[in-house]
Amino acid sequence: MDFKDYYSVMGIKRDASQDEVKSAYRKLARQYHPDVSKRADAEERFKELGEAYAVLKDPEKRAAYDQLGSNWKAGQDFQPPPDWDAGFEFSGGGFGGGGASAYSDFFESLFGRGFRSSRSDRQSSGFNARGEDHHAKVLVDLEDAYRGATRSISLRAPAIDSTGHVTTKQRTLNVRIPKGVKQGQRIRLSGQGTPGVGQGPAGDLYLEIEFNPHRLYRVEGRDVYLDVPVTPWEAALGATIKVPTPDGAVELKVPEGTTHGRKLRLKKRGIPGEPPGDLYVSLLLTLPAADSEAARQLYRKMQQDHAYNPRSTMGV
Amino acid sequence: MPDKTLTGIILDERVELSLSELSRACSVSTEWIVELVGEGVLEPVGQHQEHWRFSGLCLQRARTAMRLQQDLEINLAGVALALELMDEIEALRERLCRFEAQER
Repeated sequence: MDFKDYYSVMGIKRDASQDEVKSAYRKLARQYHPDVSKRADAEERFKELGEAYAVLKDPEKRAAYDQLGSNWKAGQDFQPPPDWDAGFEFSGGGFGGGGASAYSDFFESLFGRGFRSSRSDRQSSGFNARGEDHHAKVLVDLEDAYRGATRSISLRAPAIDSTGHVTTKQRTLNVRIPKGVKQGQRIRLSGQGTPGVGQGPAGDLYLEIEFNPHRLYRVEGRDVYLDVPVTPWEAALGATIKVPTPDGAVELKVPEGTTHGRKLRLKKRGIPGEPPGDLYVSLLLTLPAADSEAARQLYRKMQQDHAYNPRSTMGV
Repeated sequence: MPDKTLTGIILDERVELSLSELSRACSVSTEWIVELVGEGVLEPVGQHQEHWRFSGLCLQRARTAMRLQQDLEINLAGVALALELMDEIEALRERLCRFEAQER
């Protein structure tokens, strides 16, 4: 197991005051909060930060962590010394910061006991209650939104076993991805959350849809964007070309005299729905390389026969 | 492998949630949702609380508000301001994306 240097995670000195710990957390939390930050590693950094803060903001845990000594380096292989926590009393519960289920093995090995007992206490009450609702993200392809699909998804959730320990339970669900689903939308699966307590009904499972990044298409709401390269003669003379769409190839008419970047709208070829989205095709002019004598000859002929100066309006 | 295929419903603008459904889906109290409405973060349809109907889109917004409040320890007025600014940034990002696509 790797040692975690909570002080360097928070960017503070080992003798930082509790106030400094708090303000460092707030500053970094605003920076890395997954709802706010667009950084790819935001979620991971935020979890790490939440874990560091859970330890350092709590004087009991911080004192226990500090007595491991300052010689440890982040990433170094670590085993807690036997009876390392003797003489420390943990009140348990009350971790703010990141999601309590997401702490590292390192954290669990040091503070696991207090964490577990405070979690299992909540389960033992003898009354009827509705189970908790769960939330999870699911990655689907853009094509799934066009046609609908059935996807098998694996979900891991913390569960408490018969001895009161927290384990991760994995389950696989076959879920129908409805046609017309959009990025960020949620699908509610009734009764797939935590089972109820006593006679209480089970909670629901909410799946948040996210599209896998696509090689060709960009998606905004139900509208889909595609860049299509065209040759100078197709653009100048007009042509009928084949373009891909998530629903299969279609023939597209390139109008005569098309300029670079011209956008064409294919109505109702976006993600289906009420109303369906549109597919926007940007026509991008590409020049053939002058990489053979024949090609150079063609360019020279244009140079001679074609009085064209694209800079004529620039006053030079 | 499970053999049953589950079918859910999409929570879009056409789906309506009651106050209690929304608070349960966010694991928060109904009072907290009422406070969000008071701050103008959520705008339900209906005159009185017991008749309030929230669009499916409110779920996402309420959950973001909840995470911001818990994780950043900011009050609801601050949450409301952050959400408005985030909406604006998102709209500007989309415009920027479109302009960049045209430039290429």
